[in-house]
Order: sequence, then C-alpha cells, then structure tokens
Amino acid sequence: MSSHITDTSKVATSNSSAAVAKKPSKVGAAAGWADERLGLAAMGKKNLRKVFPDHWSFMLGEIALWSFVVLLLTGVFLTLWFRPSMSEIAYNGSYDQLRGIMMSEAMASTLDISFDVRGGLLMRQMHHWAAMLFIASMMIHLLRVFFTGAHRKPRELNWVIGCLLLLLGTLEGFTGYSLPDDLLSGTGVRAADGFIKAIPVVGTYVSFFLFGGEFPGEAIIPRLYTIHVLLIPGLLLALIAAHMLLLVYHKHTQWAGPGRTEDNVVGYPMLPVYAAKAGGFFFIVFGVTAIMGATMSINAVWKFGPYDPTKVTAGSQPDWYMGWPDGALRIMPGIESHIGPYTIAWNIFLPIIVLPGLLFTVLLLLPFLEAWITGDKREHHLLQRPRNAPTRTATMVALMTLYGLFWAAGGNDIIAILFNSSINDITYFLRAAVFIGPVIAFVITRRICIALQRHDNEMLLHGYETGVIMRSADGAYSEKHLPVAPEKAYAWTVRDRGHVTSIEGPSTDGATAEDANGVPAPKGRLAGVREKVRALYYADDVQKPTAEELAEAHHHAEHEHALQAALDGHAADGHQFDDHGGSVSENPLRGGEH
Amino acid sequence: MRLLNRSAASISRHRRRRGAGLVLLLMGLLLSGGLYAAFSPSSTADDARTQAEMVENGRRLFLTGCASCHGQNAEGLTTINGQMIGPSLVGVGAAAVDFQVGTGRMPMAFPGVQAPEKPEVYNEEEVADLAAYVASLAPGPAIPSEEDYSTEGMSEEEKEAAIVRGGQIFLTNCTACHNFTGAGGAMPHGGYAPSLLETDPKHIYEAMLTGPQSMDVFSNGNIPPEAKKDVIAYIESMREQPGYGGFGLGGLGPVSEGAFAWIAGIGTMVGFAVWIAAHTTRSQKKKGHAA
Repeated sequence: MSSHITDTSKVATSNSSAAVAKKPSKVGAAAGWADERLGLAAMGKKNLRKVFPDHWSFMLGEIALWSFVVLLLTGVFLTLWFRPSMSEIAYNGSYDQLRGIMMSEAMASTLDISFDVRGGLLMRQMHHWAAMLFIASMMIHLLRVFFTGAHRKPRELNWVIGCLLLLLGTLEGFTGYSLPDDLLSGTGVRAADGFIKAIPVVGTYVSFFLFGGEFPGEAIIPRLYTIHVLLIPGLLLALIAAHMLLLVYHKHTQWAGPGRTEDNVVGYPMLPVYAAKAGGFFFIVFGVTAIMGATMSINAVWKFGPYDPTKVTAGSQPDWYMGWPDGALRIMPGIESHIGPYTIAWNIFLPIIVLPGLLFTVLLLLPFLEAWITGDKREHHLLQRPRNAPTRTATMVALMTLYGLFWAAGGNDIIAILFNSSINDITYFLRAAVFIGPVIAFVITRRICIALQRHDNEMLLHGYETGVIMRSADGAYSEKHLPVAPEKAYAWTVRDRGHVTSIEGPSTDGATAEDANGVPAPKGRLAGVREKVRALYYADDVQKPTAEELAEAHHHAEHEHALQAALDGHAADGHQFDDHGGSVSENPLRGGEH
Repeated sequence: MRLLNRSAASISRHRRRRGAGLVLLLMGLLLSGGLYAAFSPSSTADDARTQAEMVENGRRLFLTGCASCHGQNAEGLTTINGQMIGPSLVGVGAAAVDFQVGTGRMPMAFPGVQAPEKPEVYNEEEVADLAAYVASLAPGPAIPSEEDYSTEGMSEEEKEAAIVRGGQIFLTNCTACHNFTGAGGAMPHGGYAPSLLETDPKHIYEAMLTGPQSMDVFSNGNIPPEAKKDVIAYIESMREQPGYGGFGLGGLGPVSEGAFAWIAGIGTMVGFAVWIAAHTTRSQKKKGHAA
C-alpha cells in the first residue's frame, strides 16, 4: 500500500520537533555548537526581538552608517593600489595628456587606479561620493535629533559622541581629499599649512612638525595616509559602536501617540522587521552610491594634473563639508597686527581656526545649555514636535542659516559666474548677512512655531475646516468645522504645561527656594541670568488647551452644529460631538485628510 | 540671465546696425556711386582689393561703429572727469580687432565691466577691413594664420608631446582664471574669465597675443608661438576627451559636486527612507484607516 508509505513519512515530518532533540539538523547543530561556546542564544533571545519605533526620520542616521560601510569596502579596494609616497616619478600610464610628466607616486597611482585598474575609477568615485553622503547624512541626522528634542536627558552623551563623529568624519574627509596629491588637493594642503601657520606663537612649529620641515616636504602624504586609513577609521568605528550601544541601552525615542509613553517603546521587533528594513536599506545606500559613482564624475584628478606650488586653478574649493570655514575665510576683511617682527594674521586665524572651534563647541554644548536654561532634569523618551520648542527650533534654524551663508561665501566665485554678479558685492552682502541673517531666521522661525502652536490649539478647540459652507436662514454664511481625529488630538496634546516661569517666579526644576529649616537655597551667581534666559526661552509659548476649554469648545461646537443641522435638512451629525470616537474616521467628509 | 541679456542685446544691436548701415549706404550713394559695390554683400572680390581699399573701408566702418567710444582717430576717449569711455586702439594690432569684433564683443551693446561675447555684428570682410584700418595706425600683432594654431600636419607623437607640453602651460598660466576644464571663473567686480569650451582656436591664440579686457598679454616672449600652439592643442584634446567619470556636473569643481551630493544623493536616500518607513508590516490593513 503506497498510501501507507506516505503516511509514515508524514508522521516523521510532523514529529520533527521531537526528532530535533535526538538528532539535530545541520543548521541546528552548528547553532548549538556556537551557542555552547559563545552563549549567543541568551543574548540573541533578548536582542533579536528588541523593538524599534517606525518613522522615516529615524533612518537618517542609518544612511550615515551604511555610507560608512560603503567607505570601508571601497576604501580597502583603493588601498590595494594606492601608493602613499611623495617620491617623484614620470607618469607612464594610459592617460595621454599627462604622459611623461613628473609627479608623486601618490598622484601616479591615483591615475593608475582611475585608468589602468579595472573598476578603479568606479571605486574611487563611489568612495568619494560615499564620503560626501556620510557627512551629509550625519548632519541631517543631527538636525532630526535636535529638532525633535532627542538630545535631551538621557541622551546628551550620545549627542556628544555624534558631534565627535561629525568632526572626525570631516577630518577623515579632508585627509582623504588630500591624498591624491593632485593640483586641487595640493592647494588644499597648502591652505591647511597656511591655517596652521596663522596660529599665533605655535603655528610655525606645528606646521614644521606636521610636514616634517617646510611645506610641502616629503612626509605629509604618508602621514595623512596613516591618519586616513588607520587612526581616524579606528576612532570612527569605536565611536560608532559606542553610539549604537548607547542607542540600544537608552532605547530609541518615539513619537507620542496612543499607547506610546515615556516608559515603553512601540514598534516592530528587530527580527524580522528591522533586519529586513535596515538590511534592505544598506543595499539601497550601496546602490545609490554605485549609481552616483558610475554616472557622475567627481574629483577628476587627471584634469587637475599633479600638484605644483606654482599652479592654482579657479574653482579651487574644498569638499562641501569644509566649505563653510572656507567661506568665512573668503569674506573675512584683511585684518592683521604686527608686534615687533611678528605678524598675527587675524584674517586667517579668526575665520578658520577660532570660528570652527567656537561653533563646534556651541554644537557640543547645545543639550547642556538647553538643560541649564530649562532646568529640566527628567528623562525624555517621547519626541517633541519642533513647534512645541520654538526657541530650540529657532536656534537650530539660525545656526543652519549661518552655516548656509558661510557655505554660499565658500562658493562665491561660482555664484558670481552662474548668476552674472560681482564677487565683491556678494562678499560685502555676506559680511553683513552672516550677522543679520541668523537673527532674522531666529525671529521668523520662532514666530512660525508659535503660530503653529496656536493653529494646533485652534484645531483642537474648533476642529478643522471642512470646506462645507453653511448658509443660515438670515443669509449668513459659515464654514462647518469637524473635530480632529482623537489619535491626532492625543499626539498633539502630549506635551508639558506650565513650563513658563516669570522672572520673579520660582523655577520649575523642582529645586525649592527654601529647605526644611527655612534657609533659602544657595543661588549661584548666574541664577539671575538663568531666570532671565529661561523667561525668554519660554516667552510667548502657547499652552495647550485645558480639559475645561476643550469641553467648553466642544459644547459650543455641538450647539452651533445643532443650529446648522436644523437648517441643513440632513446629516444632523450631532452624535459626532458627544463622543468623538470611531465615528470621525468614518465620516466621508474627512476624505483623505488625516 | 546671461542668455536673456544676450538676446536683448542682440535685438537692440541689430536695430542700431541696420539704421547705421542705411545711413552709410545713403552717404556712399551721394558721394560716389562706385563705392556702392564695396558695401554690397554680393561683393566677393576680397583678394582683388588692395590694402589701401581695405583700410579706407575699415576707416569708414570705424567712424560709424567705433569712433563714438574710441575717438575719430582711434585715439581713445575720456569723459571730462577723466573716466575712460573707450581706450586708444593705436598699436593694438589686427589680432585685437579680429578677436574683439570677430567674437561679437565689440561693438559693445552697452557700457559695462566687461564686453560679453555675442553674435557678431560685422561680416568677415568688414572685420578684415576694420583690422586693416587699426593695423595701419601703428604696428601691432597681426591676425595669426591657420598654421600658427592648427595641429594639422603633425605626427601622432608630435601631437601627443604638444598636448602634454600644452597641458602644463595651461595649468600654469590659464587655470587660475579659466578653471581646470576651461569652464571659466569669476574675476573682481563682476568680471569673469569666459569659458574656453567653445572658443575658436584662432580667437584663443589672439586672446593670448593681445590680452583682451581683464586678461594678461601672453606675448611671444612670454609664451612662444609654438607653446601657444601647444596650449591650443591641449584645450582641443580636452574637448575631445570622453567624460571618463560620467556626467561632468558643469566642470566647476567641488561646489557643484557638493550640490549634487546633497540634492541627488541625500535627496534620493531620504526618499527611500520615507518609502521604507511607509511600507511596513501590518496586522491588518483597513482602507482609509492607515495612519
């Protein structure tokens, strides 16, 4: 009986779980072998099901992570052919226009990678594009974190690590940009030498130490190479690991919503959902970088030719992430002072050494400054909508404006030729704009945030505009409003109330003005300043409506609606307002609006 | 913007030129009927014309189209404040006229920092006449002949060597203003070094020889004639070069690369992030209820 035979096989498969205990499958055996030695199961059981919340903006940092992986992969490929040496040789590769020209081995090997190594140019271009995307994605990630308040306690240190990653990424980019020893990168190194020499007193010593003598010397390319392929990548890897461990430890922040609190994380488990999403995203990042590397020319070193201190080209700019200090340098008036035989070149020292250091420090301290101003010592795991922290949002927009204006200054020559304008006028304009622009941006952003807060309140109290115009018996027209969806209303109203403090009022950070014995708490010298700054920080902040206000508004709406409905002749939807539960989302008037 | 300016300028220039041409024609008819033939477009007897005829024609054209700024004897004009209206052309040579008028830079449509390149106002014959007239004022660089700037007749090896030499001269002397691809660059006060990507080899040679507008003069003592030829050979080889790395992004260097990294690169990645976040596992999918 053949059916009998198939039956037995079915029995065997259905009992497979029991069979595993006796005779494990090959995969199971391997897993068991590894687990006995590494203890992966216990760790995996906990972490593979770790929950992450879902939002597109949470994936921006991932772009940086995956670009870094692309950088490592393509970078390893490049090291196989790149020769970090400044000894002069005659180029004899396939690029006609430079054949026979004396150049450093670094430049010659870069040309070899571009023209004689199979896939070399693609790898070079992918590496360069990935570097640009790495830093750009770190920056947009930073902006997302700051705008949503994800830098608040307990994540301040992760903010610091992130800032260090941005700094190191920039340095890594600069060292890599300098390696090919072409005309453009050599000009960059020459400029860097000038920047270092502009530091009073120690400048020349540092420069001689770095270059192993007077610029350019023979040492700088090998030294930059070691820094580029070993030192900074090692630091980057360690800091990325720390950054992500802290992410796992703190758990990811989430947007407020029904069921989402400060004590939980609502989302999907790492396995299988995020393994698929993040894994897939890696391939997308790799793919986009590959397409860019294959179709868009970047740093065509063969057109620049080898570096030679007697040559320079128009359009000598650093890569974009170094563009803003370059811009500050370009618009700085030529101020220098002379002390005896010594010159202090303020026009170089201030914009390129002091300013970046100062702004980086500000960036690093932003979470601490904010905590100091607000006195908020609580942990925050729910994100804030940017409008609900108007001063913070405005601060970052002001910083972005400053950055953007410096950026524009860095490309002033390109702007001049593309827009047929005078480079002098652009420079004069930007000299003023870098001071005025951020202030204007701050004020405008802050007012927009406050206006949006008011708009939220308006929507909560009076509902959204349906576009349905009602006419009353005596001819008056009015627009029908409907309440916003409860999930939305909930998410909008999950925010603190009563953070506003007056200058004379007590601080809200829980510190009592007097202790049990009536002794006033010691006030620091800065306490007065802090009170004032805090008052400004919260000034004009719009509070969310109270429960009474909401009830009153709904009652009013109900009344109005009843009046309208009586004239309407149909759709007396009064029940929507007594318990605006599920009925709202089914209302056809809502249409696609959410 | 530049395009708009150009087309606006060309319209006004044509109008002006036609009127001027008519006046000139009437003048010619009144003075002597025989001169008519010289202004007629059907006249092709270039070679037959004597030098004296060309100079005389050139002088007439000059008085009509150029003298208002450069003076009736090309001595240059200044305002009573001493500001220059047009420089003296005595001694600039035929090459300068051929460059300025042959590329449409002169006559200028309106005063400005720099005369932009635009469609030519005068035909080849008229340019030659103007050049002959200016050259007759004082000795100056002559219009180069084709063998001065053409690589034709060179062997492959000679040509390659010329390109390599020319590249180094180009990178030393030209890129500082014209950019490494010859795409052009900014100069102070709204001036600019124009793009060399489309420029006629003869005009490149003349520009080096005469140093028009903001440009330096690269005299034959500075860059010898053979080296000028090398530079032109290099520029032409770069034009013929395929885009090895792909789309060249305007050949403007790191600024345009940065713009593309942000707009194309980050734009695409963020777009994908939004797409991935929008497609997620759902226990149920109810129409119109997705949040």
